[in-house]
Amino acid sequence: MSNSPPTSRIELLQGTLDFIVLQALRWGPCHGYGIAQLIRAQSNQALQVETGSLYPALQRLLRQRAVAAEWTVSENKRRIRVYRLTPKGREMLATERSKWEQLSRAIAGLMLPPAAEEP
Amino acid sequence: MRFLELFARRRARRTDELAEELRTHLELAAADRVARGESPTEAAANARREFGNSGLVLDISRDQWSGFGNWLERLGQDVRIALRVLRRTPGFSTVAILTIALGIGATTAIFSVVNATLLHPLPYPRAGQLVRIEDDLAGTGSRAVGMSTPEWRDLQRSGVFEAVSPAWFDDNNMTGPARAQRVGLLIVAPNYFAMLRVKPQIGATFDSADATPGFNGQAVISDGLWERAFGRDPAILGRFVQLDSDSYHIVGVMPRGFQAPSATRQERATEVWVAFGFSGAPLDQVSSQSRTPLFPGAFARIRDGLTLAEAQRRVDALAHALRRQFPVDYPAASGWRIRLVPLREHVVGDVRSPLLLLMAAVGLLLLIACANVANLLLARATARGREMAVRQAIGGSPSRLVRQLLTESVTLSSLGGLTGVALLLAGQRFLIRLVPAGVPMLSGISIDWMVLLFACVASAAAGIVFGLAPAMDVRRIDVTRMLKVEGRGATGTRQQKRTRRLLVVGELALSLVLMISAGLLVRSFQSLANAPLGFDARNVTIVHTRLPYPNDSTEDLYGTVGAEAPFVREVTRRAMAIPGVESAALGSGAAVPLDHPEQDQNALRVRFDGRPLDGQVPTVVTGSQVTPAYFHLLGLTLLRGRLFSDFDTDESPQVAVINQAMARAYWPGQDALGKRLKLSRRDTAWTTVVGIIADARTESLASPAIPLVYASLYQRQGKHLAIFLRGHFETAAMEKRIRNEVQTINPALPVFGAETLDDAISGSLAVRRFSMRVIELFAVTALLLASLGIYGVIAYTVSERTQEIGVRVALGAARADILRMILAQGAASSARAWRSG
Repeated sequence: MSNSPPTSRIELLQGTLDFIVLQALRWGPCHGYGIAQLIRAQSNQALQVETGSLYPALQRLLRQRAVAAEWTVSENKRRIRVYRLTPKGREMLATERSKWEQLSRAIAGLMLPPAAEEP
Repeated sequence: MRFLELFARRRARRTDELAEELRTHLELAAADRVARGESPTEAAANARREFGNSGLVLDISRDQWSGFGNWLERLGQDVRIALRVLRRTPGFSTVAILTIALGIGATTAIFSVVNATLLHPLPYPRAGQLVRIEDDLAGTGSRAVGMSTPEWRDLQRSGVFEAVSPAWFDDNNMTGPARAQRVGLLIVAPNYFAMLRVKPQIGATFDSADATPGFNGQAVISDGLWERAFGRDPAILGRFVQLDSDSYHIVGVMPRGFQAPSATRQERATEVWVAFGFSGAPLDQVSSQSRTPLFPGAFARIRDGLTLAEAQRRVDALAHALRRQFPVDYPAASGWRIRLVPLREHVVGDVRSPLLLLMAAVGLLLLIACANVANLLLARATARGREMAVRQAIGGSPSRLVRQLLTESVTLSSLGGLTGVALLLAGQRFLIRLVPAGVPMLSGISIDWMVLLFACVASAAAGIVFGLAPAMDVRRIDVTRMLKVEGRGATGTRQQKRTRRLLVVGELALSLVLMISAGLLVRSFQSLANAPLGFDARNVTIVHTRLPYPNDSTEDLYGTVGAEAPFVREVTRRAMAIPGVESAALGSGAAVPLDHPEQDQNALRVRFDGRPLDGQVPTVVTGSQVTPAYFHLLGLTLLRGRLFSDFDTDESPQVAVINQAMARAYWPGQDALGKRLKLSRRDTAWTTVVGIIADARTESLASPAIPLVYASLYQRQGKHLAIFLRGHFETAAMEKRIRNEVQTINPALPVFGAETLDDAISGSLAVRRFSMRVIELFAVTALLLASLGIYGVIAYTVSERTQEIGVRVALGAARADILRMILAQGAASSARAWRSG
C-alpha cells in the first residue's frame, strides 16, 4: 500500500491470482506468508501479492474446494495454517494452465512478429 | 433459532482462525526482516506497513464465504442501523409504527374471519367432494323447492355419488332426561355420517346399509346436548329419550365442535340426528312413488374421480330423462332441474360477498396507511439527502444504500405489524364478540399460523411498498450538487415533491372511494331499516312452543285441527289473563314477521280453481296459519272482505286471507274475493278467499310486494306455534309465565325463544349492520389518515420554503397573500383527489 511498488511491478488481472496461488502450491503444502514469498521469489520480485488479495483468494479457493487447509506446527514451533492442492485444485490448475498457454501463445504471436519484417 | 445460533458460532470460529492466520503472517514477515538484519521494532513496523489494514483484509476475506452468511450478517447490520435511525427520531417512528399497526391490525383481523369462513377447509375429510343438492323450478324462478323420495333413490342409483342423504331439519320436543325442552333435530338417511366420513366420540353412528322403512329408533346426539341434558354421563349409550313422545335410544355422541353442514344457523346447531328411510310410517298416507317434494334437499359425496362439473352434467342428463318420464310431476313449463352446490358455498354463501367487501375495504385502508408512511419517509428522505450524498461520496454503493433504506422501511413495517398483531391478540375476545352470530364457523376464528403468516407477508409487502419511493430517490441523488449546496442542503428535488404530492392525491382518492362506498352502504341500510313496515312491531313479544309430531299417529294428542283448536284457544285465554297483556294471538312459525325458522313448511304449493290441475305448474306461495286476533295485533290493515272469526272451524268452509300482492299476481284485473284455491295436495276441499289485507314488509324488509296467503289456525294445523303478545311487560319474565301456563295444560310442551319483535327485526339485519359499521369505521380512519398526510405534506412544503416566504414577506407580500398561496396549493391537491376518486 504505502511502500512504493517497484517500477516493474505488474498489476494482476482478476482471476489470474487464483491460478498463480494454485501454481505456487504445486510444490507442496504451504502457509499464506510462504505462498506470498514463493510468488515474489519465482517472479523475480516482479509480482508482489498484497495480503488484501491473497487471503480473499485463499478463502475463495477453499470454498471452491480447490485447496484444503489444516493447522500444523512449523519447524520453529509456530502454529501455522497450511494449504495444499486437492485433486479438484489440480484439475483446475491443468485447465487454467492450458488456457493460459493458448492465450500467451496468441499474445506472443501478436507481440513478436517474425524477425524478418523488422527493420 | 438453534440453527442460527450454530451458524453464528461456526462463523465466529472461522473468523478467529483467519485472524490468527493473519497474525502469524505478520510475525513471519517480521521474523524474516529481523533475519535480514532489521531491528525488531523496525521490522514489526515495516511488516505491518507492508501488510496493510488487517481489519480490512479480514473483512474482504470473509466476504468470500458463502452467500447466506454474508447476507445474514449484512441484514443484521442493516437492521441494527435501521433500529438506531428509528430510535433517533422517536416521534416519526411512533407515528409511522402506529399507522402501520392500525393498517396491519385491521387487515389481519378481517383476514382471520375470511380465513376461518372462506379459506379453511370444512371440517370433514375430503370436503371438496361434498355437495348440497337442491331442486329448482327455473320456469317460475323458484329455488330449493324441495325433493321427493323417488328422486333421492334416482340420485343414489345414478352412479354419480358415493352416497346421498336427505336432510330434514325440525324442532323437536325432547322429554326423558329432564323437563320438556326444545332440541334441534335433523332427520337424515342412515348413510349420513358415512357420507360425511365423521366418527362419533363414543358409541357408533347409523349403519349406512340399514334399509328400514320409517325411523329405526336410533339417535345420535351432539356433544353440547350430552353436556346440557345428560351432564356428560358416560353411561349415555343405550339410554332412551322421548322425541315428540316417540322412543329413541342413543347410540352415539358426536365429537365436540362437530356441526351439521348447513346454510342456516339453526340447522348447524343440530343436537339430535335420527335415521329415517324416507318412506313408511309416519308417511303412510304418502305414496313412496309420489314425486311431490317431501324434504328440503339432500347432501351428497361425489364419487372419487368425478369433478363437480362432470357430476352436474350427468345429473342434468338424469333430470332431463326424468322430465320426459314424468311429465305430470315435472311439467315442461316449470323448468325443473337439479342443482349441485359445493358444500362450502352452501354453508358460507350468505357471508361471502360482505366478507370480501370488508377485505377489499380494509385493503384500501392498508394502502392508505402505506401511502401515509411513504410520505413521512419521503419527507424525511429530503432531510437525509445530505447524509445519503455523503455516504455515496465515501463509497457506499447506491444499491447498498437502497437496501439499507428498504431494510429501514421493512423494519418499520415489521414493528408496526408486530404491534398490530399484539393489539389484535389482546383484543381478540372483545373483537370476536362484535361479529354477528349469523356468521358460520364463528368458533373457528382464531389467530392461527395462517393468519400470522398473512400478517408477516402483509407487513413485509407494506414495508416494501412504502419504502420503494424514498429508496428509489437515492439513485437520483446528484452527489456533487448536494454536497456543494451551502448549509443544510435539504431542499427536496422536484421529483420528490411530485412523488409526495402524487401520494397524497392517491391517498385522498382512496379514502374518498371508501367514504363513498360506506355512504352507499349506510344509505341502503337505512332505507331498509327505516322503510315503513306496514305493521306495528312495537310492544310485541313472541314466545315459541311446539306440538309433538309422533311417528305413531295414534299417539298424537294434536293429530287433527279439531284436537288442536281447544289447545290454541286455551293458550290464548290464559295469555290474555296475564297482567300487562293487551292482546294475544297464535300463529305458525311462518307468521312471525322477518324471522322465519327454516323448518316451517311455509312454502305452499297452490293450485287455482278454473285452471286445469294436470300439468299446471304448482305455484309456490308463502303461507301461514294464524288465529283471528293476529291481524289486529300486528296492525295489518284489512282492505276488503273480512278477517277470520272464531266461527271459522274445521266444520265450516275453508277460508283464506291474502295480501294485495297475491291478488295482483294471480288474479290480475279480477276481483280476488270469492276466488277458490287449494293450499296443498292433501287438502281436497277448496279454500275461498274472504279478505284482502294491505301489503306489509312482513316477509322481507326490502320488498312489501311478496304474495302471501293466510289460513285460519282453527282450520289448518300448525305444529310450530308462535304466541304473539302485545302489551307492556318484561320479556324474560314473560317466557317463564307462558311456560307455566302452557305446561299447566300439557307438561310435555317446551316453551322457548322469547324475543321482542323489534329485536327480531334488528337481528335479521345483524350481518348487514356489522359490515356497515366496520366500513364506516374504516372510512373515518382512512379520512383521518389522509388528512394527516395532507397536513404533513403542506407543513413540510411550508417549512422548506421558509426562506422563500421570508423573502416574499420582505418584498412586501402580505400574510394573507402567503396564506392564500399555501391554501391554493392544498386545495389543488384535494381537487385532484376528488377528480380521481
